[in-house]
Amino acid sequence: MKVFTYSPGGIHPDESKLTKDLSFEVFKSPPIAVIPLQQHTGAPNNPLVQVGDYVKVGQKIGDSTQPVSAPVHATVSGKVIAIEERLCPTGAKIKSVIIENDYKDEWVELSPRKSFEDLPSEELVKIIREHGIVGLGGAAFPTSVKLTPPKDKVIDTIIGNGAECEPYLTVDHRNMLEYPEKVITGILIEMKITGAKKGIIAVEENKLDAANVLENKIKEMGLNNVEVVLVKTKYPQGGEKQLIKAVLKREVPSGGLPLDVGVVVQNVGTLKAITEAVLEDKPLIERGVTISGNAVSKPGNYIIRIGTPASFIIDTLGLNRKLRKLIFGGPMTGIAQPTVDVPVIKGTSGILMFGDEALEMAPQEESPCIRCASCVDSCPMGLMPVLIDHASRKNDLKTAETLHALDCIECGVCSYVCPAKRHLTENIKSVKQAIIKQRKIEAAKQAAFEKLKAQKMKEKENSPKEVQNG
Amino acid sequence: MANYDIDLVVTSAPHIKDKVTTSSIMRDVIIAIAPALIGSVFIFGLRSILVIIISVVSSILAEVLGNIIFHKKPSLNDLSASVSGLLLAMTLPPSSPWWMVVVGAFSGIILGKMIFGGIGSNPFNPALVGRSVLMVSWPTYMTTWIKPQIMIGLSNISQATPVDSITTATPLGIVKLQSYAKLISDFGTKANLYKALFFGTVGGSLGETSALLLLIGGIYLIARKVIDWKIPVIYIGTVFVLSPLFGRDPLFSILAGGLFLGAFFMATDYSSSPITPMGKVYYAIFIGFLTVLIRQYSSYPEGVMFSILLGNAVVPYFDKVMPKVYGVFSKKEVAK
Repeated sequence: MKVFTYSPGGIHPDESKLTKDLSFEVFKSPPIAVIPLQQHTGAPNNPLVQVGDYVKVGQKIGDSTQPVSAPVHATVSGKVIAIEERLCPTGAKIKSVIIENDYKDEWVELSPRKSFEDLPSEELVKIIREHGIVGLGGAAFPTSVKLTPPKDKVIDTIIGNGAECEPYLTVDHRNMLEYPEKVITGILIEMKITGAKKGIIAVEENKLDAANVLENKIKEMGLNNVEVVLVKTKYPQGGEKQLIKAVLKREVPSGGLPLDVGVVVQNVGTLKAITEAVLEDKPLIERGVTISGNAVSKPGNYIIRIGTPASFIIDTLGLNRKLRKLIFGGPMTGIAQPTVDVPVIKGTSGILMFGDEALEMAPQEESPCIRCASCVDSCPMGLMPVLIDHASRKNDLKTAETLHALDCIECGVCSYVCPAKRHLTENIKSVKQAIIKQRKIEAAKQAAFEKLKAQKMKEKENSPKEVQNG
Repeated sequence: MANYDIDLVVTSAPHIKDKVTTSSIMRDVIIAIAPALIGSVFIFGLRSILVIIISVVSSILAEVLGNIIFHKKPSLNDLSASVSGLLLAMTLPPSSPWWMVVVGAFSGIILGKMIFGGIGSNPFNPALVGRSVLMVSWPTYMTTWIKPQIMIGLSNISQATPVDSITTATPLGIVKLQSYAKLISDFGTKANLYKALFFGTVGGSLGETSALLLLIGGIYLIARKVIDWKIPVIYIGTVFVLSPLFGRDPLFSILAGGLFLGAFFMATDYSSSPITPMGKVYYAIFIGFLTVLIRQYSSYPEGVMFSILLGNAVVPYFDKVMPKVYGVFSKKEVAK
C-alpha cells in the first residue's frame, strides 16, 4: 500500500501509545453528572430543564436556535439538582446541568432503523444535529454544520480521519479496530448527505492492524467507493489541512475551510457516533476516552458518559504517585487542568495523568533563541514561528499578521522542537487572539463611523431643504 | 472522594518537548570538531594543544567578563563560549604566540558576540571576528606557517626535519605567489597533493588542513540534524563549479585552505546564518562565489573568512526569502 504524507515540516515524538492493545471497557456512570450546556464550537445552548426535574438518559436538556450549535442530552437518569456555572476542561466557566444519578439508567425511548438509504439528506442532517453530534477529534465543531456547505460548494470526497497522531491517545485506533462497520457506515452516511462520490479512511502506519480490519470490512460490505489509505506516522498528520494535502494533494486556501477544496474531514469516532445516531437513534451521551500517563494505576480505553468528573475517574482508576499534571486531550495540544473538578465533555479524547516527570517532559525555563531554525523547518504550515514569536513579544500585531500568524494551527510543533525551550506556540496563540480582537474592534469602529457618516449625510441633505423651505 | 495527594501544575501546550537543548547542540559541535582537533596535535605537534587551551580558556573568561559588563545571566552552561574558543583555535596558525590567541578570543567573544546581546544575537561569527582582528593586527604572525611535524607516511613533504624552526607556505599561498604547477612539482604528483590535502599533512591553520577529519565531523553534524546539509554542500559545490571558470583545479580548490572548516563549522553558525530554507541556499551560493573571487583577485591567497563574514552581513536580506505558507498561493498558482 502506498504511504501518503504532507510536507514540509512535522515531527515524530515518542508515540507512547501505552493503551493501544486495551479494548474498550464501559466505565461506570458517575453519581453526579456535570453537563455543560455548551460543549461545541459555536453558540451556547439554553437549558430545557429546571432544577428538580427528573431526566432520562438521552433526554435533550439544552438546545439553541442558532445555526452553529448542537444540543446536549442527559447522560444519566435522575434529578436535576442544580443549573450553575462550572469550570469546563476548555478553561471556561460554562452554565452546566448537574444531575444526581439514580442508577436506574432509565433511557428515553429509542427508535432504531435498519438502513439510512431511504432517508433524504436533510432528514439525515437533522438527525445528526438532534443527536448532538460534534467533531470528536477535539475541536467539537457541530457536525451538522460541517455537512451543510453553501450551495455553490461541491463536496467530492469524505476523509475519515484515523491518523490519531497525538502521542498517548488510542481511542481512534480502538474505534477502528472494534467498530469498523460503524466507522465505514458513517462515511457512507456522510457521502449520501453531501453527494461525495468517494470515501477515504486515512490511517497512520503505526495502526496497520486497524487499516487491515477496515479494508477487510470494506470488502465484506462489497463497497467500491470507500478505500483505506496509509499515511506516514508523523505529527500533525491528523491535522485537517495536513491530511487533505497528504491524501489528495490539495491545499485548503488560507482562511478557508476543507469544503473550499471539496472535502469534509471527519474523525473516525465521529463517524461511529453518526452511525449510532442514525441507525440506533442514540444521542451522543458517551464517548471513547483514552486514560493514560504514568500516574494512573489502571490506564485504558474507556467508554465514559459525558459529564463524568475527572475526580470520579481518578477515584475509580487510582493513582500510583502524586498527581502533578492532568491533561484533557493529547500531550501536544491538550489543556492542563488546574483542578480535578472538571467533567468529560464531547471533545475529550483523552485524559492524561503525570507525576513529577511532567515537569521534565516540558521544561518551562526559556533560554535565548539561538536561531537554529528548527521551528521554521518543522512548521507544518510553512510559517516562521520564531519571527511571529518575536512580533508577539513586542506586541507588534501588524508584523505578526504579515507573517501569516492567523494561519497557525496551534499544533505545538515549534515549542516541541525548540532547543531553547521558548514558549513559541503560547506566544503565537496570544498574538492570534490579539489580532482577532483588534479586527473586531476595528470592524466595530468602522461600523460606527459609517453610521455617523450616513447620519451626517442625511443632515446635510436635509439642511438645504430646510433653507429652501425657510 | 478518596484523598489523593494532588498538586497540579498548569502550563500551556505542548506538554512534551524534545530532549535537544542548546547545550546538547553545542556538545555535538564539540564532538564533531574533536577529530580535527586531535588530528592537529598529530600533524603540528603539542603546540596545537597549547593554542587550543589558551583559546578556550580565554573565550570562557571573555564570556564571563562580557556577562559582568553587560549585566547578563551566567551563560557558560550553554557551552557556546567553549565552541567559539575551539573554532578560533582551528583558524589560527599553530605557531601563534599565546598573547595573540588571548587577544583573538577576547575580540571574538566581546566584539563578536557579547556587545550584540550574547548567544543568538551576534550577526557575525564570533570566531571569525576574532580571527579577522588578528589578521589585520598581526598579519605576519597570521601568515607564518610551520611544516607538519609528522608524515603519517602519506606525503613526501616535511622529511625528518626538526620541527618549529621550519616554516612553509600553504598550498593556496604557493598557488598565489608562484603557480599551481610549482605546487604539484613540490608534491611530486597531483595524487600526492590530493592525498596530503585529504589527510591534512600540509601547512595551514591548526584545524583546517585535513579535509577527511573535517568531513567526518561535518557528516556527524548533519546526521545528528545539528546543521542543515544545504549550507556546506552548496557552499563547497559552488566553489567546485566556479573554480574551473577561473582556470583552477576544482578538486584542489575545495580540498585546500579553510573551505571544509568554513563550510561545515563557520558558515553554519546559527546566529549568523539564514533561518529560511531558501535563504540558506542563496547564502551558500553567495559565499561560495565570494570565496572564489577573493582567492582569484585579492592579494590574499584564501577567501573563506572574508566571504563568510560578508555573507553574515547580508543574512537579513537572505532571510526575506520566506518559505511557502500552506494555503497561500502565488499569482502563478492562482492563474492555474
